[in-house]
Amino acid sequence: MNNNIETVDARGLSCPQPVMLTSKAIKKLNKGAIEVLVDSGTARDNVSRLAKNSGWAVTIEEQPDSSYRIVLKK
Amino acid sequence: MSSILRFLTSRWGPIITGTAVGVLAPVLVFLGNPGNMGICVVCFTRDIAGALGLQRAGVVQYIRPEIIGFVLGALVAALAFKEFKPRTGSAPLVRFLLGMFAVFGALVFLGCPWRAYLRLAGGDWNAIFGILGLVAGIGLGIIFLRMGFSLGRSRPAPKAVGWVMPAIMFVLLVLLIAAPQFGRDANGNPTGPIFFSTTGPGSQHAPLLISLAVGLFIGFLAQRSRFCTVGAVRDMIMLKDSHLLNGVIAFIVVAFITNLALGQFHPGFANQPISQTDEWWNFGGMVLAGLAFTLAGGCPGRQLFLSGEGDADSAMFVSGMLVGAGFAHNFSIASSAAGPSAFGPITVIVGLAICIVIGLTMREAVATAKA
Repeated sequence: MNNNIETVDARGLSCPQPVMLTSKAIKKLNKGAIEVLVDSGTARDNVSRLAKNSGWAVTIEEQPDSSYRIVLKK
Repeated sequence: MSSILRFLTSRWGPIITGTAVGVLAPVLVFLGNPGNMGICVVCFTRDIAGALGLQRAGVVQYIRPEIIGFVLGALVAALAFKEFKPRTGSAPLVRFLLGMFAVFGALVFLGCPWRAYLRLAGGDWNAIFGILGLVAGIGLGIIFLRMGFSLGRSRPAPKAVGWVMPAIMFVLLVLLIAAPQFGRDANGNPTGPIFFSTTGPGSQHAPLLISLAVGLFIGFLAQRSRFCTVGAVRDMIMLKDSHLLNGVIAFIVVAFITNLALGQFHPGFANQPISQTDEWWNFGGMVLAGLAFTLAGGCPGRQLFLSGEGDADSAMFVSGMLVGAGFAHNFSIASSAAGPSAFGPITVIVGLAICIVIGLTMREAVATAKA
């Protein structure tokens, strides 16, 4: 499973870049699994909203360094 | 209580924040703030620059408690919800420049996006040209974003870095209350280092504690809901996402209703408070401001809220606004009621050229990779 998961590392990027990068990955894959790494609550919420609105299932895991790993599946 | 607070991060968050601002900003005018200026992040930053002597236009000098409240309210919310994350390193100097140019553009129009919406809600139709310019500037910023514009990544920073801007705001609060007058003018009268206007817009303000409380309240709400008056337009155009725009619409509609209720709605173009009627430069000034805010990732309010969360890059943008506000008056860039000043239009053109160069040159490698 982990072998074909697309990773988007958006840590440290300002609005709206995390959402833009996620949107690009969603359009490219169409379905499958994507992990998005972000380090702010704003980016976490914005990426989750975009993914849910595009019909992807969203799971959020808080990392030990208080960043977030958002897993999108469709 | 906790369910109300959770509500703030839902789709209702921006609407609740917009509604709160829509009520409170006209009320601040009612209680003493200048006309259609219940809240103006740029004008208030300019007043603070004046109070600190960075510009000596005698009519626009006051340490505005709303600005202090915005940062400290956001700080409280960020600490309470574990979102205080000190960070820095995303092109701080470029952000400083963007803050300066955003202020130059906004002061040619005579208001930031917050005040543009408030002027519209108060019947100042000159605001329409400003808002059209703002949308055009944001649109230009989106073109650069789509071309791959990025100011690069910030990195986590030591806790102390995040406390710098809140500490500066605390010092401003002390200076506001103490208003030290150590200097002496030619006649031996006390003057400076803190200057407060005795006439003009700088002398018009709601009671200190009310302004501070409103600032803290809005800062808290906006940190939770990510309220942003520029992101609202950007997300709608770029992502067809109305999440933030709903908040701005609520803000304008509620401010309009509150103005009507308080007898503060006066429709027309002429003789509007702190406003000028030159359509082209009202438009042009806000194209520059809209572009600079978009490249920096958010409106001036949002930059203050992020500063409260520990974002030292946004704090650099705020510092740029403060310094730019000083220049705007010292170099005759800011407009007056009579119209654009001597160097306003040329500064807008030079500012646009510089922001376009920034938009074309700042890049980061695409961060998508196979794990």
